Amino acid sequence: MVLQRAGRWVADHVILFIALLVLGYMFLPIFFVILMSFNDPTSRLNYEFQAFTWSNWTDPCAEAGMCASVVKSLEIGFLATVFATVLGTLVAFALVRHRFRGRAATSLLIFLPMATPEVVMGSSLLALFTAAGLAGSLGFWSILVAHIMFCLSFVVVTVKARLAGLDYRYEQAAMDLYANEWQAFWRVTFPLVFPGIVAAALLAFSLSFDDFIVTNFNHGNTITFPMFVWGSAQRGIPPQVNVIGTAMFVVALALVLSSGLIQRRRAR
Amino acid sequence: MSVAQFGGGVAAGEPGQAEAEQAKRRGRTGYLLLLPGILWLFVFFIIPTIQLAATALYDPNGSLDTGYAMTFAFGNYIDALTQYQEQFVRSFLYAGIATVFCLLLGYPLAYAIAFKSGRWKNLMLVLVIAPFFTSFLVRTLAWKSILSDNGFIVETLKTLSLIPEDGRLLATPIAVVTGLTYNFLPFMVLPLYASLEKMDPRLIEAGKDLYANGFTSFRKITLPLSMPGVVAGTLLTFIPAAGDYINSELLGTPQQRMIGNVIDNLFLVQLDYPAAAASSVLLMLAIVCLVLFYVRRAGTEDLL
Repeated sequence: MVLQRAGRWVADHVILFIALLVLGYMFLPIFFVILMSFNDPTSRLNYEFQAFTWSNWTDPCAEAGMCASVVKSLEIGFLATVFATVLGTLVAFALVRHRFRGRAATSLLIFLPMATPEVVMGSSLLALFTAAGLAGSLGFWSILVAHIMFCLSFVVVTVKARLAGLDYRYEQAAMDLYANEWQAFWRVTFPLVFPGIVAAALLAFSLSFDDFIVTNFNHGNTITFPMFVWGSAQRGIPPQVNVIGTAMFVVALALVLSSGLIQRRRAR
Repeated sequence: MSVAQFGGGVAAGEPGQAEAEQAKRRGRTGYLLLLPGILWLFVFFIIPTIQLAATALYDPNGSLDTGYAMTFAFGNYIDALTQYQEQFVRSFLYAGIATVFCLLLGYPLAYAIAFKSGRWKNLMLVLVIAPFFTSFLVRTLAWKSILSDNGFIVETLKTLSLIPEDGRLLATPIAVVTGLTYNFLPFMVLPLYASLEKMDPRLIEAGKDLYANGFTSFRKITLPLSMPGVVAGTLLTFIPAAGDYINSELLGTPQQRMIGNVIDNLFLVQLDYPAAAASSVLLMLAIVCLVLFYVRRAGTEDLL
């Protein structure tokens, strides 16, 4: 009896234990990124922790070109997020709330970019830009165009999920109370969909900010943060790169956790 | 951040679904809303793909300076396939192994989050996506430190005599597959979680009542019900992994080059556009064929 109970306890918890191990595997590199941001390496090609220093944190921009590349990534990320979120939200509304011909083709067109390997998307854009005679002028604009393209589908899917879960009768109720269509949209529908739009925008920003492969094909001479990391990987990674990596992690985690807390407080 | 979206689709059959369908508006507004986004995808996704397919048929003797002539050189495909056969096979092999590992690691994690995490559910979900918060390249480079020759993992394996005294992990297929598994694991966990979460736990209780043991009820109830998640997760892992070349470049050597490295190198270093485009199209075609075959075998066509 005791043995059986012990067996059941193990069976009950073994899965949780495995899950925690897997989470440990997922966090091992994060731990190393944080650790290496305090590293004072003797040589660039050395990837082991050698000596502790604060200097990477007190002066992250000491590494030539790195902060400029972070700013470039932020600019592109911001613009790509705005465009992709607006265009994608409009498409999501059309898909959920309107009737139109060619629905299946539209859904396929939204789905395809998500199912295409990045290397194919990046190289086909380069083939197009070259054929159009634009190969010499690639740079900020071509990265932006590409990022809007691959962020768009993710925005559509995210906003659509929120919109489809919404009871359309809220709007009907508003209209019954003499709200016109415009008022019903801005006072009822939009606030309800807004969390989905915010989630989509955050997703778009992180996809754009972190993109390497598509950018690598279409960047011209513009250096984004991932391009900077890639370029310096050949010569040896400056430890300041890990400072940026750690900062990104902390900011994003703080954003997600605080939004979770706010939601929980509102729910009470 | 909503997580269920990764599983795609929203439960149908809510009250008033048919009415909601009725309430969909007709008329021009729908087309106007669609137009800018669809146009963008058409110009910067469909047309480039067509251009890529065209570039793959250009005369291989041309160059960027002299321009390429369209000669419908289907031989480019055969050349690419014979010349880069090794990298093609390696890409699908590494991606396949990484996908299997992701499934083996991701399933227990998704299961634990869905059924065993209690009040920690949301926190665990945040933890699953948290590695995404930092840069892909920086994370992959961290594996260089973790697997380094004097790092604790290599030292431990040496102490246990699991690898020889001069053995290493960096610059081996093991490092590349470890990196691929790590980088795409969240894409596996989230759809698995989304499908497990929808499952009614009472079904397992019912199975137990009918004298099914833990293993049987998993095999007959949980696993079949989570199949859509398994299919979505394996595709979301396999497709990007097969095209990835960051892991093989940073954690491997030229002996671990994948097809992505080849395409990148042909386009950006050797400037051999027809061969590069042909390899790119072949990768796309191979993935589409595999996906269609797989989805049909798994009996989940309606996912697409």
